[in-house]
Amino acid sequence: MSLENQLQNNGVVVAKLDDLLNWARLSSMWPISFGIACCAIEMMGAMAATYDLDRLGVFPRPSPRQSDVMIIAGTVTFKMADRIRKLYEQMPEPKYVISMGSCSNCGGPYWQHGYHVVKGVDRIIPVDVYVQGCPPRPEALIGAFLELQKKIEKESVLGESLFHPKTAKI
Amino acid sequence: MDDPAQLSEYGKILIVALIGILLVCATIFLAKVISPKKPNPIKLSTYECGEESLGTAWIQFNPRFYVIALVFLLFDVELIFVFPWATVFGQQELIQADGRWGWFTMVEMALFLGVLILGLVYVWRRGDLEWIKPIHVTPSVQVNIPAGAYDALNNRSYTIRDYSVSETTVADAVSADKVDVKPKIGFKPTFRKPGSTS
Repeated sequence: MSLENQLQNNGVVVAKLDDLLNWARLSSMWPISFGIACCAIEMMGAMAATYDLDRLGVFPRPSPRQSDVMIIAGTVTFKMADRIRKLYEQMPEPKYVISMGSCSNCGGPYWQHGYHVVKGVDRIIPVDVYVQGCPPRPEALIGAFLELQKKIEKESVLGESLFHPKTAKI
Repeated sequence: MDDPAQLSEYGKILIVALIGILLVCATIFLAKVISPKKPNPIKLSTYECGEESLGTAWIQFNPRFYVIALVFLLFDVELIFVFPWATVFGQQELIQADGRWGWFTMVEMALFLGVLILGLVYVWRRGDLEWIKPIHVTPSVQVNIPAGAYDALNNRSYTIRDYSVSETTVADAVSADKVDVKPKIGFKPTFRKPGSTS
């Protein structure tokens, strides 16, 4: 990280405001505590003592109003799809989605004969990071958060609010 | 400390409080300025674990719960007093200092509990713990047709569909039809001769 490298130089940091905000955001990505199926067990494992996702600032929140990331950990049934869509809409901007496991990536083992399964959660909400596996190991979920950090690092929150979105996105 | 130029201890607390309020206000203001705002009807709807919220939160509550809750709270708080008493009651040093300590504390707690139990007896006798159940009256209509007129319908034996496993299995049904369709090969490998150009 560029900011951490600069901290070594006499403790003085010169940074763009965007970089500072992005650093703050990627250091505290709070997922909504929301598990659907067996992938949620691995998600819990990743957040518990052994893998300790808290050291990356990942800390589950019980309300979508306080969360930045949504981890779709499990099989998305059609019945659940409405709820997921609603919960996603209720999260404040900027929000991210991690699709965890084969079921939410593409339907997984239910892709052909599962009459009840949405064939990929990306059909109802935009997904930022896909994690493959059935279920993925906690390391894979940590990897997804590291990928998401890379994505957030390149974003510009102020650009969208202070300037016109079209000119800011050049 | 009498120097008017110096801050008193209360003044320091005042400054800490002022800076605290200022920092909180600044943080909230900053968040208001830089946070993206994209409201839509679903986002502004009530959060209820992803479900549609139904009805109002101001529902009516049965007032009979009030007395029960009050009596429960009384004995709940009583127990909080019993726990610290229990640690003092069993202290070896106090008992050795005066042999009457154990009896004294015992009687004291008995008095305390006795007053409360007296209150419970009072509430019980007054009938406040009685749960008055509403009397259900089955509505009845005067009809001229005698009940015996329906006996033929009520006592008739109706045939119920048999849900037991039938004798013919799936394998038998397939073999009986003699289905003879060759399975289609999905992928046919083609081999190119080493000398050919196409």
